[in-house]
Amino acid sequence: MTSSPMTARLAPTLARAAAPDRGAMRPAPRRALRAFLRNPTALSGLIILGLVAAAALAAPFVYPDDPLGMVAQPFLWPGQDPAYPLGTDSLGRDVAAGVAHGARVSLLVGFAAASVGLALGVLVGATAGYCGGWIDRALGRLIALFQTIPAFILLVVLVAIAQPSIPAITLAIGATSWPTVARLTRAEFRSLREKDFVTAARGLGYGPVRIVVAEILPNALPPIVVTASVMVASGILMESALSFMGLGDPNVVSWGSMIGAGREVLRSAWYLTAVPGIAIVLSVLALNLVGDGLNDALNPRLAGEA
Amino acid sequence: MDRTRRLLPVLGRALLEAAPTALLILVVNFFLLRLAPGDAAEVMAGEAGAATEETLAAMRSRFGLDLPLLEQFLAYLNNLAHLSLGFSPRYNMPVTELIGQRLPGTLMLMGLALALALLAGLALGVLMARAPGGILDRVLSVAVLLFYSVPGFWIGLMLIVLFSVKLGWLPSGGARTIGQGLTGFAVLTDQLRYMVLPGLSLALFYVAIYARLVRAAMLEVRAQDFVRTAAAKGLSPLAVSVRHVLRNALLPVTTVAGMHVGGLLGGAVVVETVYSWPGLGRLAFEAVMARDFSVLLGVLLLSSLLVLAANVAVDLLQAILDPRIAVRS
Repeated sequence: MTSSPMTARLAPTLARAAAPDRGAMRPAPRRALRAFLRNPTALSGLIILGLVAAAALAAPFVYPDDPLGMVAQPFLWPGQDPAYPLGTDSLGRDVAAGVAHGARVSLLVGFAAASVGLALGVLVGATAGYCGGWIDRALGRLIALFQTIPAFILLVVLVAIAQPSIPAITLAIGATSWPTVARLTRAEFRSLREKDFVTAARGLGYGPVRIVVAEILPNALPPIVVTASVMVASGILMESALSFMGLGDPNVVSWGSMIGAGREVLRSAWYLTAVPGIAIVLSVLALNLVGDGLNDALNPRLAGEA
Repeated sequence: MDRTRRLLPVLGRALLEAAPTALLILVVNFFLLRLAPGDAAEVMAGEAGAATEETLAAMRSRFGLDLPLLEQFLAYLNNLAHLSLGFSPRYNMPVTELIGQRLPGTLMLMGLALALALLAGLALGVLMARAPGGILDRVLSVAVLLFYSVPGFWIGLMLIVLFSVKLGWLPSGGARTIGQGLTGFAVLTDQLRYMVLPGLSLALFYVAIYARLVRAAMLEVRAQDFVRTAAAKGLSPLAVSVRHVLRNALLPVTTVAGMHVGGLLGGAVVVETVYSWPGLGRLAFEAVMARDFSVLLGVLLLSSLLVLAANVAVDLLQAILDPRIAVRS
């Protein structure tokens, strides 16, 4: 962009004039936080999530032994032996230890996969939305392609190819979940690109990277943040489905693999399937509650309508 | 006649949009699956217990696995032009035939799940939109969010425990009762008995999505002028709700329902595994386990094409529901 002395003098005024517009568009973080914490369902989601995280963090201290090791007689029902509050499975492994260690795997994979998916999606979406033209058309085609191929089948294929391990599963989930974020980011960037404050920043001679990262991205963030929490939830669901089908990392205990093992004895010991499943439902529900709360807090207009 | 003329350009545009994506899917699927370690010949040799290098090589050349990558891809395209998806060494039959056997089962299951999800989602959404923020709305909102958070395979197993093991009302797996010589109507009810639980497990997630969507759409449409006009000219609240609000609120639902075909196919993989339902999803799973990549390639391709077809169908449906779309785009 050429900058004549005339525009150089004009630009700061433009930028200042645009500033209130930006402030009005972006809800003050503090107000959003207060709205979030006043929302009882969002708060309960946060508490449940905190409990799951606490279980994950405490697992190596409370259950220092390998959760895949046999510790007691098999098929103790929950409550039958106080030492094993959630019972033992068909091989005499402690279900409570499995659930606690499984929380580590689920949260790790969920958050890491969401980070991978977010990074990819924001990168592709921001590039497409900001650049426009043929880059936008090409990347739009790519997004459409990945939205057409059924994500879970693609995930199964990817994991089968890469051999199941935690990093491979994480990358594969990230690689199948990015199109949603990419589409969202692309749409946000497309509309924000035309706003006055971006023109002003361009007039000031800011480089494209600075405009994208420091000017547009913060304004596009609210819907991306909401999507992020949903992505963590769906990452946990996908990991559990994979390991339920025997495509999980065989060296770690995960909620899905516990359900897969419990399925073999579903008729006689259904608690082995029920307990880890409840752990999944609670974690995913908590993340969805948090996501809903974030949505209401970051989009006050929508919250008022609802 | 008039409608046909209006819809033809829509169809043309939709197909034109779908064609390059279809081609890209072909390329991606093929090269993706060639990355896989261990080919079908090795798996068959493993199952047979032992095999010499010579038998392995013989098997590879029989199935064309020893050709260069590009030639394999060209051969694949050539086969595709003849409506052949290759041959499955594992099942010892053509992939097209194999998929043809499994496709109806999955389509039936998906159809049932989609119908259940739409019906329940509509009902819940309308109920929730009646008094937004009220006690019913809040309770149902949490229930819906719970549906949204339950893994399909887990609720499937829990339904088996309740309805098959404890109550003994419904079968726990399979597709039909064998050896009873059922005829006519009895065949249909028998089939339905086997489909209820898998259909329900698959539908639950989408019930949640549609309920939330219908609620939001109803609230949005209800605030518009034509609804006030309808009420002002003395229509009953029910008529306003159904004919004016709900009909317009259905438009966003059709958009996402088309997008959900891919999700349903993915969900079918796990649900069919749980219920031993003989469908495309379980076939994909078996193919992965057996490293039978010609089958996997076929399933991946066909399910992607199904999604494309659903997108075209949704474009048409929307043009029918809202004539403005055909003109606008």
